[in-house]
Amino acid sequence: MEYFVQQLANGLTLGSIYGLIAIGYTMVYGIIGMINFAHGDIFMLGAFAALIVFLILTSFFAGIPVALALLVMLIIAMLMTSLWNWTIERVAYRPLRGSFRLAPLITAIGMSIVLSNFIQVTQGPRNKPIPALVTDVYHFGDITISLKQIIIIALTAVLLTIFWYVVNKTPLGRAQRATEQDRKMAALLGVDVDRTISITFIMGAALAAVAGTMYLMYYGVATFNDGFIPGVKAFTAAVLGGIGSLPGAVLGGLLIGLIESLWSAYFTIAYKDVATFALLAFVLIFKPTGILGRPEVEKV
Amino acid sequence: MTQPSALENSGLMMQAVKEAVFAGAVAFGLFILYVGIETYQDINNALVWRTRWGLLFSFVAIAAFGRFVVVGFIKPHLDKRKRAKAKAGIPEVTDHKGFFHRHFLKIALVLLLLYPPLSVMLAGTQGSLKYVDNFGIQILIYVMLAWGLNIVVGLAGLLDLGYVAFYAVGAYSYALLSEHFGLSFWVLLPMAGILAAFWGIILGFPVLRLRGDYLAIVTLAFGEIIRLVLINWTVVTKGTFGVSGIPKASFFGIWSFDVGAPNNFTKAFGLSMSSAYYKIFLFYLILALCMLTAYVTIKLRRMPIGRAWEALREDEIACRSLGINTVTTKLTAFAIGAMIGGFAGAFFATRQGFVSPESFVFLESAVILAIVVLGGMGSLTGIAIAAIVMVGGTELLREMEFLKHVFGPDFTPELYRMLLFGLAMIVVMVFKPRGFVGSREPTAYLKERKAVSGSFTKEGHG
Repeated sequence: MEYFVQQLANGLTLGSIYGLIAIGYTMVYGIIGMINFAHGDIFMLGAFAALIVFLILTSFFAGIPVALALLVMLIIAMLMTSLWNWTIERVAYRPLRGSFRLAPLITAIGMSIVLSNFIQVTQGPRNKPIPALVTDVYHFGDITISLKQIIIIALTAVLLTIFWYVVNKTPLGRAQRATEQDRKMAALLGVDVDRTISITFIMGAALAAVAGTMYLMYYGVATFNDGFIPGVKAFTAAVLGGIGSLPGAVLGGLLIGLIESLWSAYFTIAYKDVATFALLAFVLIFKPTGILGRPEVEKV
Repeated sequence: MTQPSALENSGLMMQAVKEAVFAGAVAFGLFILYVGIETYQDINNALVWRTRWGLLFSFVAIAAFGRFVVVGFIKPHLDKRKRAKAKAGIPEVTDHKGFFHRHFLKIALVLLLLYPPLSVMLAGTQGSLKYVDNFGIQILIYVMLAWGLNIVVGLAGLLDLGYVAFYAVGAYSYALLSEHFGLSFWVLLPMAGILAAFWGIILGFPVLRLRGDYLAIVTLAFGEIIRLVLINWTVVTKGTFGVSGIPKASFFGIWSFDVGAPNNFTKAFGLSMSSAYYKIFLFYLILALCMLTAYVTIKLRRMPIGRAWEALREDEIACRSLGINTVTTKLTAFAIGAMIGGFAGAFFATRQGFVSPESFVFLESAVILAIVVLGGMGSLTGIAIAAIVMVGGTELLREMEFLKHVFGPDFTPELYRMLLFGLAMIVVMVFKPRGFVGSREPTAYLKERKAVSGSFTKEGHG
């Protein structure tokens, strides 16, 4: 039982990170209907920004409190990825908005290749380890929960609440939902569609930066190709939960995190990703639009 | 055309300067951390950093200058040309073709057939290896894969992001069956195709109900599952070590290319020992396989099944209401596409003599899909051109030794191969979203055949 609860905690931590990335996928998909393949690499850029900021901070202010350092890392990483995602949308996706559906997918894949290779060229191909930032652990009986895990889960919960509020209760969220439903009609009714889409990309990127910073704090290492696997998993999570649905993305992320940690704990670690992907295929056979996705009604 | 007035011109320049400053500021923000600061490990293995202001400055300068030129000169020029074109009323696609255009395919085929002897003549027996193997065979493998994927994506409109899985199935089928049962290439080539087709159907069944992007992620997952199984099922596949010592293909069993064999090709003809002959043989083999793929694709497009694929791509609901069986239509598209991937895989295994899961990563699927889309989906010629430009172009980077003289001896052009590949994907898509060949030749027509613009065909929703 203790073992199970322990794995549950690990799974929730991992799932939170996936969920944060998945929101970026699902929001962009919801609003312009494209798979933003480069989103995983935006997450990687966030982790690298946090890493570089950490190095600068520790070399200038040796005794800086960890909480402050984390906050600065988080904010700069968020600004950084927001600027990147904004630029990417302007340069690579916006010119193709009226084009056929596969065109932005190809530029997104191209962008993903560019971003990971850009970091490989500028920062080198080796693993970048940093010293452990948060080392406190708490014992509840036989269960050990680290402060890192608590931070990640709590931060995810807080951000999701803020996010949910923004999307459902503010004028910005209303503009987003209107753009999602009918872009042309929203534009006719005075919604600045371009601006709304840009803000959506920025929001997704900021969450990816949070995920990246948390990933760096949790594992203490970053590599140029870190974006791919978490990116694909988060995308899987978004689809599993029903792409376009915010709670679905988080649910999918948590589900995948749990499956991964429980499968590695009780079966073999080698096939954990196979289990995740097989589950995705299995769920989609019975619910072709994901767990919380709205069934697409296609009219002739 | 009237010359723009001086006032208009200075306004344009002002705008260009403004935009250039803005682009420079954005570039500064984008690159300050990643380019301006370099992280590396010092002697104690601790991660430290140093600044690279010079490099950062050149990035910012390039961005600003590039934007200035685009806004100030290129864009007004393009606009002017577009207006002139619209005034003259020249349609985008014309039926008027020059001699080269009309006989393009024949000329291309003759050139391909002459390519190996030409490279032997120009670069010598040993020197031709590079051109025949690294360029010729490499490009033709991608042409074949892209033509195979074209059946699934371009004709049937099913977005497949895991095509490399079938390539892997074909390669491992040949590698493992030849190792354990000692069967020859010519027996295993069709078998690899059939096994891959079988896997295509296995993938096809669960995804029959899925549409568009759901289909994309499941196919991606399928590709990853195959790769992960290849890595982890070490008893059979030897995991990441891969299968080595895969036998070479023989000349239909008449002549062998193994060095020790009594019926060795070079011995039989009294030629000097060289692997170049084997490579030339492989070149013609993959060329024949490509031609077979093209022939099958062209013929299928005129057959009921091909018409059903294209109808499915355009509108699935209309398809169903007209009584087309979408299940068999989708499954045959997956199976035939996969079979071609399997053939290419078996060829790849015999060419490399070694297969490992490393060769079948998602990036390969992405590259193949990119070639299909960049070529203009559905157009065989366009896809071949895209493969030559994208694969040949990146291979060319390996050869650019002279760049070392420009950028110093530490410069390795290979590092920038994928970076440039990705950039090329973006640039081509942004400027030619319909791909290199933007016109289609319909198979059904009234009275006379007319090419139509690619914009008239839809890519469909799975």
